[in-house]
Amino acid sequence: MIRLKDISKTFDSTPALRSVDLTIQAGMTTVLIGPSGCGKSTLLRLIIGLVRSDSGSVSFKGAPVTQGDVLTLRTKMGYVIQEGGLFPHLTARDNVTLMARYLKRDNELIGKRLYELADITRFPRDGLDRFPAQLSGGQRQRVSLMRALMLDPDVLLLDEPLGSLDPLIRADLQTDLKGVFQTLKKTVVLVTHDMGEAAFFGELIVLLREGRIVQAGTLDALINAPADPFVTRFINAQRSPLNGIRRG
Amino acid sequence: MKPSFSMRCLLSILALALYASPSPAGGAEPEITISSKKFTESVIIGDMTAGLVRNAGYRAVHRKELGGTRILWDALRRGEIDVYPEYTGTIAEEIFANRGIRGENGIRKALTSHGVRMTASLGFNNNYAIGMRKETCEQLDIQRISDLRKHPGLVLGFSNEFMARADGWPGLRARYDLPQKDVFGVDHDLAYRGLADGSIDATDLYTTDAEIAYYGLCTLEDELRYFPVYSAVLLFRADLETRSPGVVKALTELEGKITESDMIRMNGLAKIEKVPETRVAANFLAERLRLKTDVRAETAAGRIWKRTKEHLVLVSLSLSAAILISIPLGIAAAKRPRYGQVILGVAGIIQTIPSLALLVFMIPLLGIGSPPAVVALFLYSLLPIIRNTHAGLNGIPPELRESAEALGLPPGARLRLVELPMASRDILAGVKTSAVINVGTATLGALIGAGGYGQPILTGIRLDDVGLILQGAVPSAVLALLAQGLFELAERVVVPKGLRLKPVE
Repeated sequence: MIRLKDISKTFDSTPALRSVDLTIQAGMTTVLIGPSGCGKSTLLRLIIGLVRSDSGSVSFKGAPVTQGDVLTLRTKMGYVIQEGGLFPHLTARDNVTLMARYLKRDNELIGKRLYELADITRFPRDGLDRFPAQLSGGQRQRVSLMRALMLDPDVLLLDEPLGSLDPLIRADLQTDLKGVFQTLKKTVVLVTHDMGEAAFFGELIVLLREGRIVQAGTLDALINAPADPFVTRFINAQRSPLNGIRRG
Repeated sequence: MKPSFSMRCLLSILALALYASPSPAGGAEPEITISSKKFTESVIIGDMTAGLVRNAGYRAVHRKELGGTRILWDALRRGEIDVYPEYTGTIAEEIFANRGIRGENGIRKALTSHGVRMTASLGFNNNYAIGMRKETCEQLDIQRISDLRKHPGLVLGFSNEFMARADGWPGLRARYDLPQKDVFGVDHDLAYRGLADGSIDATDLYTTDAEIAYYGLCTLEDELRYFPVYSAVLLFRADLETRSPGVVKALTELEGKITESDMIRMNGLAKIEKVPETRVAANFLAERLRLKTDVRAETAAGRIWKRTKEHLVLVSLSLSAAILISIPLGIAAAKRPRYGQVILGVAGIIQTIPSLALLVFMIPLLGIGSPPAVVALFLYSLLPIIRNTHAGLNGIPPELRESAEALGLPPGARLRLVELPMASRDILAGVKTSAVINVGTATLGALIGAGGYGQPILTGIRLDDVGLILQGAVPSAVLALLAQGLFELAERVVVPKGLRLKPVE
């Protein structure tokens, strides 16, 4: 679906990505993980064109991506960020339907799609006319997900979508999110720093460190055939102390 | 879908523009414009002149209290006014300063080269004199200007014109070799009060001032004949002779008719007994020239309403133009930081120009009246709106700007649908600030003939009439509060509801 070839990006003389090659498979959930500053978010922002690479190429469905068609391309991708990124001056409904209305899609279809998405994301319909300030953190993320899905995009890009939520809401939303991915069979790229979350969602887990991909593979491969001692260290560092208690 | 943000913006601007109906221009018959300086004597002579011109069958308007000599002289030359009272000394020493013009013939010749004519003397001189409290004169034994040399510690407060002009303080000090260091400029009308309460010891007077007797002042003898003769005349445009010869004939009727004691008495009636100048002028015309002129008595309410209309036109025109121009400038400043520095810098510099100076700068470009005032107020209103638009747009969290970008909205749509609505509260706050500053500053417009609430304030200061000052100051303050209230109401229309909510926890 998406192919990144030999991508490098430097911000103010700090390299963020160093010749990264990555292929995002259609219909699969790919998780980008790594310590802060490893370049995982930059990679995601590069896919949706918020950041331009210094060198290398990006192709989408086999065609190279240029600056000229980035607007069209963005309508084929849904993007969700940590705090939801909802526009505070618009209701949940208007946030979700903003782009569809801008593109002058049929109002009836928009309405139908909105209710469909509310059901899929388990967002209460009566909350649609509330403003972001009147919604809880979890609800805001559900609205943000609806907004990303509104135009039925080919790819869903999520940048730490659960990062700012408290643990109980987080667990709930995690399950719901996975349900959504499975129902819609979307190509998903999810950025997280949490190994548990990566293990929960990821069919392919891509571990980055200092702008480079250390290893890309299944959780199994990462645990049992680490490409680098850092892989094991990263996984072990995130093991919950609870696991140890249960085992002991 | 609800009306879009830009639509709502437009509606609120239109609502404002509705107030701004410019006053209609005159009809077919040419109107003679008489003007006067901002002191009582000039206003009275202006009123008399207007009465004579009307009596001769012409339409006449009297634009009172138009600042000082320079403003009136320039307006006369440009044809914005046709007639105004002047003094020969001022013509020789100030209008044609340093040209060594001597005598009536010299003055007439110099005036002709500017297309201006002068009547013969109206009959009285109004010379400069130096005045002090009688007690001070007696205590310090001061009778002549040269006596001031013995008392270097005296505090001198001179009218601003006298401080600056060649035939004023600088020349007087040089001629008499005066040692006083504590010398400052003060409004002429305030100088009398300063003398009375002892905050200054001496000031420049006009010899026809009624206050000389009223405050019991002594005038010092000018034994070196430093002050030139200030004989009162009317200056008028030469083209009146062909355009409306009857007007010129009417003007000459005033020649030699007013004696110095007449003028002192009339100044006293207007300034001390608070008889309206139009009434004083009409009585004089009736007694001396057997002319019946009707004095249209304006009620206080009618006057305030007229001033309100003038003030609203000044404020609403300048403010709506400022809104239309500064919001795009603010957007440009936020989107192109390099231009932004320039835009904010220039608007900032404009703001540092003293408002009175800015008003006067506009006169050579736009003449007198409301146009220069509107432009000056417009320039003054730019910065708060530009700065707040700039700050509002820059204050949008980067992740929200990126979210709009990630949706695939092109830059124009992002601005219209996301960024401007989010910055609306800041933009509106800027407009509110501009409106309040504008309402206050517009009172200065009266100095250049724009009318408004500044007019009663000016007249009130001139006549030492607190009631009149309040007729301008109170409505102006009320209007500022109303403007503030109006924009607070507008906030409910313009600022989206979602931004006015307190977050729930």
